[in-house]
Amino acid sequence: MDNRLEQLVQVLQEQADATCEEALGEVHLLVEAGRIVDVLTFLRDQHEFSLLSAMTAVDYWPAERPRFHVVYQLTSLTQNLSIQLRVPVGGKEPRLPTASGVFMNANWRERELLDMFGIQFEGHPDPRRILMPPDWEGHPLRKDYPLGYEEPQFTFNLDEIDLRKPYAKE
Amino acid sequence: MTNYQLEEVPVGPYRHLVSERAVSGETMLLNMGPQHPSTHGVLRLLLELDGEVIVNCIPDVGYLHTGIEKNMEAKSYIKAEVMCDRLDYMNPLGNNLAYCMAVEKLVELDVPPRAQALRVILVELQRVASHLVWLGTFGLDLAAMSMFLYCFREREDILDVFELVSGQRMMTTFIRPGGVWRDVPAEFDAVVRNILKIMPPRIDEYESLLTKNPLMLDRTTKIGVLPKATALANGVTGPMLRASGVDWDLRKARPYMGYEQYAFDVPTSQDGDTLARYTVRVQEMRESLKIIQQALDMLPAGPVTSNNRKFVPPPRSELGTSMEALIHHFKLWTEGFTAPKASVYSAVESPRGELGVYLEGDGGPKPQRVFWRTPSFENLTVLSIITKGHLVADLIAILASTDIVLGDIDR
Amino acid sequence: MGVEEKLGNMGIVTTTLETAVNWARTNAMWPLMFGLACCAIEMMSAQAADYDMSRFGMELMRPSPRQSDLMIVAGRVSRKMAPVLRRLYDQMPEPKWVIAMGDCASCGGVFNNYAIVQGVDEVVPVDVYVAGCPPRPEALIHGVVTLFEKVKGEKFADLVKA
Repeated sequence: MDNRLEQLVQVLQEQADATCEEALGEVHLLVEAGRIVDVLTFLRDQHEFSLLSAMTAVDYWPAERPRFHVVYQLTSLTQNLSIQLRVPVGGKEPRLPTASGVFMNANWRERELLDMFGIQFEGHPDPRRILMPPDWEGHPLRKDYPLGYEEPQFTFNLDEIDLRKPYAKE
Repeated sequence: MTNYQLEEVPVGPYRHLVSERAVSGETMLLNMGPQHPSTHGVLRLLLELDGEVIVNCIPDVGYLHTGIEKNMEAKSYIKAEVMCDRLDYMNPLGNNLAYCMAVEKLVELDVPPRAQALRVILVELQRVASHLVWLGTFGLDLAAMSMFLYCFREREDILDVFELVSGQRMMTTFIRPGGVWRDVPAEFDAVVRNILKIMPPRIDEYESLLTKNPLMLDRTTKIGVLPKATALANGVTGPMLRASGVDWDLRKARPYMGYEQYAFDVPTSQDGDTLARYTVRVQEMRESLKIIQQALDMLPAGPVTSNNRKFVPPPRSELGTSMEALIHHFKLWTEGFTAPKASVYSAVESPRGELGVYLEGDGGPKPQRVFWRTPSFENLTVLSIITKGHLVADLIAILASTDIVLGDIDR
Repeated sequence: MGVEEKLGNMGIVTTTLETAVNWARTNAMWPLMFGLACCAIEMMSAQAADYDMSRFGMELMRPSPRQSDLMIVAGRVSRKMAPVLRRLYDQMPEPKWVIAMGDCASCGGVFNNYAIVQGVDEVVPVDVYVAGCPPRPEALIHGVVTLFEKVKGEKFADLVKA
């Protein structure tokens, strides 16, 4: 690990109860949900991590605690460093404070997480669905949501699928 | 035959995004709908207009949502690569490269030097092709229609190279984990050198058409200025960020695939307006040609795939004689290779910005999560900030200069 | 026979009304600019200089459905876009035809999931399907020529609705 990152990780481990994992050349920090906005502000202001490169979530269903990990990838342009923060979130009513006050592109990314995973963000200025139609039910990227696979038509089942398929009339 | 009434856009769902004047009816809400000649794909823009001046601009995306990320979780690593060409459809080889680099980082697979050089040549050719389409549609939006015809003529030459190498013009899936699919034929060198010979004078020709044209200058100078701090706060990357004055290019900052061996410049500009974004991209085309020249001159001999048979399928000639090759072939094409329970984030510089893949394995043959950090998503969010106070015709020019691809945004 | 002998060198030909109407329809069919995804780029290539579609009467693509005859659905149609597609089809005046360009428009293509309409014929009635991912510009032109063959065989008796 880079020296500057080592000092940073130590500070965060002491002050924010973060746990650090390092694998495959990357530094991952596990942070609690209540502390994440403070950690992000600290990294942006004190350590010049000015770009929120990516923000996403992973679903570990059927594991219940935690069910989701929300992942923040931060990049520092001046020091050429990257760090990844992971926040474990439970599955029953997933909630996190919003990061859109710290990084403005978190606004749309959090809308995407609301749409795809159902994770609520407290204090978000615009909580609407972004990718699915506004009246869609369900959260598609959860593991218990079905893929929506349609059976392919081969010659042996051509006619029976034809009867079921909704063709458009004029 | 249904009769459609002319409906007004209701203010209700967007009340928190528009100004007070829209609620009282003083300003008009206009729908620049998903089907429009200049939205560069299916983008819906809600414009709050005071006459011709834009007060607020609210993008509505999702009309091309394809569920690629969920679909990739249901397939093995090699078979899921087919889907990633169709994300940013102007840059399919770049998407392939981003995915393969993530897979190689996750399973710690090596790539031989000849494959790295071939990857660089093809990805830079793809960058030139993508910028040509951007230039053609940019000219078309500003009503310089001949740009469209010229740029697509050049693009045909580049697509001929892709067809020579892989058999397909656009969605090639040529870059595979461990290297490339197969070696390039003997004519490759001559064909690419021909492109390197004819392109620079043609780029000069395009510049002579547009850059000093007074109409172009009127429509693009000081239009859509994106300040540096706003760009960074919103996560903008790529030519849009470089046109606002930040010198950040992943090919220089975090070199991959041997980019550190090639000498090239990264064009930046301090103005941040539409004209700056235009000049940065045109100059980037020239720099890409320089990289291709050097890579072609230094192309090493050797194998084009890694010989780690646990991840790369063996050549068919070995299948008749070697038992291990047959077993590896069977295992790779039925179940696929397994990846450890770890996660990686790997990013490349696409023609639009930082294209990153967050790949997490779960110990089995299918990925736990594939997330695509696509540059056009962040680049579009600044549109509502930089169009405030401009006219509708300026919006068309600004939207064309952001170079968004809806497949990138909606995935 | 006799009529043509007498009138032939005055520049007059005789034919059926159906042939004349179908000839007029095929020679100047204007497509609706409905490019959605990757196939749209190949459609733009087909319109550009190398594989010119103006040779077949499609000089310009009209963005407005009120002014077009042919809808080339180029690209994947998502569930959010399907009502928009149907609305545009309804706004086109008769006679109108639809070409489903590419695998995604014909049958859902590579994407067999919750988000993509599995074949645009669930939403609008399709006349010609062009396969490919994306189809080469020559394949699109072949599809257009096939549509012209179909149109030339149309009879008035089929078009009159009871």
